Amino acid sequence: MSLGSRDFWGAAALSLLLLVFVLGVWQISTLPKRQGPSANDEYAKLMGRGAKKTEGLPTPGQIGKTAWKQLAHPFYDRGSNDKGIGIQLAYSLARVGAGYLLAIVFAVPLGFLIGMSPLMHRALDPFIQVLKPISPLAWMPLALYTIKDSSVSGVFVIFICSLWPMLINTAHGVASVRRDWLNVARTLEVKPLRRAFRVILPAAAPTILTGMRISMGIAWLVIVAAEMLVGGTGIGYFVWNEWNNLDLANVIFAILVIGVVGMALDVAIGRLQKLVTYVD
Amino acid sequence: MSAFNNPFNPDVRLGAVCTCGMHRSQGEHDAAVEVPADSDPESLSGRVIQSAVMRALFPRDAARRRFLSAVGSSTALAAIGSLVPFGPLEAMAQEKGALEKKDLKIGFIPITCATPLIMADPLGFYRKQGLNVTLNKTAGWALIRDKMLNKEHDASHFLSPMPLAISMGLGSAAQPMNVATIQNINGQAITLHVKHKDKRDPNQWKGFKFAVPFDYSMHNFLLRYYVAEHGLDPDTDIQIRVTPPPEMVANLRAGNIDGFLGPDPFNQRAVYDEVGFIHILSKELWDGHPCCAFGVSDQFIKENPNTFAALYRAVLTSAAMAREARNRPLIAEVISPPNYLNQPVTVVEQVLTGKFADGLGNVKNVPDRADFDPFPWQSMAVWMLTQMKRWGYIKGDVDYRQIAEKVFLATDARKHMAELEMKAPPRSYANIKVMGKEFDPAKPDAYVASFAIRKAA
Repeated sequence: MSLGSRDFWGAAALSLLLLVFVLGVWQISTLPKRQGPSANDEYAKLMGRGAKKTEGLPTPGQIGKTAWKQLAHPFYDRGSNDKGIGIQLAYSLARVGAGYLLAIVFAVPLGFLIGMSPLMHRALDPFIQVLKPISPLAWMPLALYTIKDSSVSGVFVIFICSLWPMLINTAHGVASVRRDWLNVARTLEVKPLRRAFRVILPAAAPTILTGMRISMGIAWLVIVAAEMLVGGTGIGYFVWNEWNNLDLANVIFAILVIGVVGMALDVAIGRLQKLVTYVD
Repeated sequence: MSAFNNPFNPDVRLGAVCTCGMHRSQGEHDAAVEVPADSDPESLSGRVIQSAVMRALFPRDAARRRFLSAVGSSTALAAIGSLVPFGPLEAMAQEKGALEKKDLKIGFIPITCATPLIMADPLGFYRKQGLNVTLNKTAGWALIRDKMLNKEHDASHFLSPMPLAISMGLGSAAQPMNVATIQNINGQAITLHVKHKDKRDPNQWKGFKFAVPFDYSMHNFLLRYYVAEHGLDPDTDIQIRVTPPPEMVANLRAGNIDGFLGPDPFNQRAVYDEVGFIHILSKELWDGHPCCAFGVSDQFIKENPNTFAALYRAVLTSAAMAREARNRPLIAEVISPPNYLNQPVTVVEQVLTGKFADGLGNVKNVPDRADFDPFPWQSMAVWMLTQMKRWGYIKGDVDYRQIAEKVFLATDARKHMAELEMKAPPRSYANIKVMGKEFDPAKPDAYVASFAIRKAA
């Protein structure tokens, strides 16, 4: 795995070259075509010809300009349906945060229970197996109907999609703590609660964190779709709103932002994971 | 109920016993006798005041009755009216009460149908009525329904058949919902993909895929009506899918659909983006057809009568302004920004002014392409119900008039329009002509039966 510094720079240069190549091809292939002068000037004007108008995919240059405009004022607020990208991101992150924390509160204790008791494991397994593969968005109509609040429904959808990876990983992590350690704890007559916190939790922590990392990835994927469905606020609503206007430059910009934020979240939990990892 | 009876009628008793003497109490009498003919709330509240004054003048009811019999009721009214200011008293009683709720959330779909509702925000009509309104752009009609049922929204932009459907519990939990005003008339179109430029005859449309905004929409009913008149069965010969209006152009571009009967600005937007052309304006199918509505729930009206009245005035003020052709370019300007429609101004302006490119190389001039007549004709509701019946959305017998009169608030509209000195029609029913065929709202069942292509068993 160890790359020499020469290899590192080589890889970086290759990445850069690829990027430039892709952008170059993109720019050239999407350059606006010149439209011939129309016989009917009035018609042409009504069709918006000659004006700045998106023709198919925008060029990387246009996207850059859009991105600059958005990033220069990320927190503007021009009414309930027109807010800056920063505010929209904050809404999405708040929803993900709420649903995700709620999922942790449920999944970790329940995972402990399942992991420590083979009986519970067998009893709950069928439910988990059926509920796990359901697309979180399929819950949306039901949530809207029963919860009767669209933003809480959004949080619920995040909760339900983050729940399963955490639950399964926690259970697995707890179940596969080395027997030796548990036996040592028993020999020393450690009380159950103390055993859970001082022996099992540290031992299972890396697996639990893996579950959390997977959950966060899924939650971030789902929030965009959920907000496109429910609307109102958030980065998903932003994409939907710009799609209405067929403003692809803004849509692509938003896609890039979603990617960067998703990566940042993943890296953050990755760091956390490193902290609890141990060598046997 | 005796306070509601005409105190200038010598045959009416204002006392505790019933007026005819046949019943033990006035309540029993009223149950037997019909409410006076002119029983709209305003004249009834006027009656209450007049009765109070007459009772004060003639503590003994027999004296009042003898007096009225002697001089005649109109003379009495004039004589007493000159002493007692009935007019100002009535006005005081009707004075705008305190608003029960000032912060309101109103949902809308970003289409030009919602023009009156949207423009009232930037032009300050809500604020003028003391209301602090937040307009919530909503992703689709199903969500509009859900957010109204959930009470997340206080009032909403609706497709005009939706309150009928919701009140009847069709495709929804039943909850009494009302159409306070029609938002817009006309203003829709059938847009086809540019590749179908030479298929202008609906006979060539077999197998086409069309999008409409919602099952319970005028768009769905008009599209079905149109193709059926051309001999196609909309359930078997073509495919009709529900697509939120904002997604229609994107779907047309992607080739997922061959066309749509949708709301503007998306017809014009399809032309502007050179993916579609306007085949026919909905105005050419039924000139003056309703499309969207401004609606509230029964419960909201009951709990917030004054707020509802204020909201009514704000939306009617908007409608009055939107009806004037000279205001349309300004309106296009204020409703196009990202906070509202999020569309190029030129597209919205073409829709509202009626001077537009049709996508086939012609500039057309149809000033009444879109209009904003707010009056909720109950005959329109009956027509919608006949189409729901025709296409099997309603099974069994329908009491057309009862539903129409419960949901479409024509009386309230008339009252509030009068307050704003707008002209409202005196009747709530009128004959309708759709594609040359006459519809008589008095004979809905015969109308449904008259169609060769229909689903109703």
